[in-house]
Amino acid sequence: MDAKRIYLDHAATTPAHPDVVKAMQPYFSDIYGNPSSIHSFGQEAKAALESAREKVVVLINARPDEIVFTSGGTESDNFALTGIVYANEKKGDHIITSKIEHHAVTECADFLAKRGFNVTYLPVDKYGMVDPMDVKKAITDKTVLVSIMHANNEIGTIEPLADIIKIVKEKGVFFHTDAVQTFGHLPIDVNKIKADLLSLSGHKFYGPKGVGALYIRKGTRIVPFLRGGAQESNRRASTENVPGIVGMGAACMIAQAEMATAALRETALRDKLIRGIMEKIPEVTLNGHPTARLPNNVNIAIKYVEGESILLNLDMMGIAASSGSACTSGSLDPSHVLLAIGVPHALAHGSLRMTLGRQTTVSDIDRTIEVLPPIVEKLRAMSPLKKGGK
Amino acid sequence: MQRIYLDNSATTKVDPRVVEEMLPYFSDNYGNPSSLHTLGREAKDAIDSARGRIAACLNASPDEIVFTGSGTEANNFALKGVAFANRQKGNHIIVSRIEHDSILNPCRWLKDQRFEIEYLPVQKDGLVEVDELKKRIKKETVLVSIMHANNEVGTIEPVEAIGAACRERGVYFHTDACQSFGKIIFDPHRQQIDLATINAHKIYGPKGVGALFIRKGVKISSWQQGGGQEMGLRSATENIPAIMGFAKAVELCFLEFEKEDERLRRLRDKIIDHILEQMPSAYLNGSRERRLSNNVNIGFYGLEGEAITLQLKLDEMGIFVSTGSACSSNGSDHKASHVLSSLGLDPIQARGALRISLGRYNTEEEVDRFLEVLPKAIAGLKSIASVLV
Repeated sequence: MDAKRIYLDHAATTPAHPDVVKAMQPYFSDIYGNPSSIHSFGQEAKAALESAREKVVVLINARPDEIVFTSGGTESDNFALTGIVYANEKKGDHIITSKIEHHAVTECADFLAKRGFNVTYLPVDKYGMVDPMDVKKAITDKTVLVSIMHANNEIGTIEPLADIIKIVKEKGVFFHTDAVQTFGHLPIDVNKIKADLLSLSGHKFYGPKGVGALYIRKGTRIVPFLRGGAQESNRRASTENVPGIVGMGAACMIAQAEMATAALRETALRDKLIRGIMEKIPEVTLNGHPTARLPNNVNIAIKYVEGESILLNLDMMGIAASSGSACTSGSLDPSHVLLAIGVPHALAHGSLRMTLGRQTTVSDIDRTIEVLPPIVEKLRAMSPLKKGGK
Repeated sequence: MQRIYLDNSATTKVDPRVVEEMLPYFSDNYGNPSSLHTLGREAKDAIDSARGRIAACLNASPDEIVFTGSGTEANNFALKGVAFANRQKGNHIIVSRIEHDSILNPCRWLKDQRFEIEYLPVQKDGLVEVDELKKRIKKETVLVSIMHANNEVGTIEPVEAIGAACRERGVYFHTDACQSFGKIIFDPHRQQIDLATINAHKIYGPKGVGALFIRKGVKISSWQQGGGQEMGLRSATENIPAIMGFAKAVELCFLEFEKEDERLRRLRDKIIDHILEQMPSAYLNGSRERRLSNNVNIGFYGLEGEAITLQLKLDEMGIFVSTGSACSSNGSDHKASHVLSSLGLDPIQARGALRISLGRYNTEEEVDRFLEVLPKAIAGLKSIASVLV
């Protein structure tokens, strides 16, 4: 067993940055008031909340009153979809999304379909790109929302959002994007791209788990998802998770300072890893777009083997990777994303995702390139799928 | 200046032992429990153990505990989840008039979705009448939701009798136990409770985590859609540090229950007795006997309109209390408390009461200091009032 564990699953979750944890700590047992309390002790917590809100908006060029804190990316996605369709029932009942969205969007859309709403799932090309013209064709006068993710969590493809949104806004339809994989990693300007709603999650950019936010452009017609007290300007009831929100604010500050260099560094490591694997292992293909791709994402299809077997073997060597998105990794179905980009069933099962992060080093990549080929070779030798295999 | 926090019903200080339990899960054992690698499996094991520890304190089975992001979320989940899953059976829901806003507001939405919501009145001490409830259950009734203990006046409802009445008629019974959990030993199976909301930040655990107890066999639809976590009922990457802290907080409450319960009652009664004896204009809201161990809710005749001023006066003196529930005190539009109105107080009285809620870190010295300061704060108010007149 290796002394050092190599973590290549940053798309599943990231460790909270030590400065994030440090920022959170006073809010557990010292400044622990309820921000809704009128007394000065509660108002101290409220001030921390508002200061965190200002740190979030800097990263997307929004206004503080356009940010609603939530319990995470999944809640933000559910809030965006259900909140918009129930608020705009008089206008229509049609939602457009893509076939490669995160389950927090697709499952929520399915749920709404069971409640009588109509959902169109747009196809994607072989790289996972949505064609803006498909969006244009799908919009009807009953369409109330288009939801297309900023970048895919499995294959890392970055969607042409600006082009899509331009079309959507010309039709006067609300646009939501799940930016859970990009927020804090890539620059986003909601005013430039003109998104109406944007989901983000703390634990994907070195903030804590259990906290996220939904950006809601001023003037967007939406009803709450959580109902109760008057928190978050009546848009999201619940005592605010002050330490979590403060931690996410701290993560935003770090992201703001480090994002540009991190993206360059990770892109170089990513390409080194892709090249290394391609050179050393025959019959592998890259899933997703070669360049319009998250800086930290590697997703490869490896013929004749099961992705899960590879990842368990890597795990034994101290390398943590994934065979798809973490949320669905317990399931036996092949990834809906890989099927949507046309990867055949058997090959979809043989896919491996490695996602890099701020602590990933060149030697981690070298080690991975060294360890992976013998594992694949060993598994292929046993594979019934490979000609000549036992 | 010494600060005295007497607002433990709004939220509590996280116990340092709880923070200790949480810390390793931020940057060391940070895996996603859905990941198949070692780091992920370790996180999964941690959550399963937390679930088991909380279930044990409820005499429940671990798969009857679904973690949520808060008590509010668990209440929304219980109401909407049961309402929609049992729509074919009926559309009638009964709740009490003194429920928390996280019950009442989802009910308003359900009404828009063509559910019939019936609001059960309470007596002047805040207790619901079980016979009255029985009369209102009809064949379309799918759910009764009555809180275990009220957050403003501390009245403890007869959940066992309510549970029996509901079970007899085949109706689901949900109770919001956010204020009582950890302060009253309760056993949902024995008390015939089908669903119960609990949360962490009222019991010295972290904010941002709660849970819904769902008795095995209860028909409920999932709350948040996505990756299928929490047995498919509540999707989202699990908030592991907070869940671990929640489990620790629950255990500490149960381990230290008896001593703490006795201590809080003594401090509570000291406050109530002292105020009622020394201040002729004071009256107690809620029930004297069936009352949370940490709750005091007092009105002052003639000063009801000044409750916020009184609270701020105390604030200046370093004492933090509340005029109602924190959640409804948001904003400047201070409305009458729906709880006090439902107890039969007139609109003026319902605007002004002082809630003092004790907790683990309050000492007898703090209580004495509060009792010493309170008459001074009130005297200050009276002089303002007389100047204005």
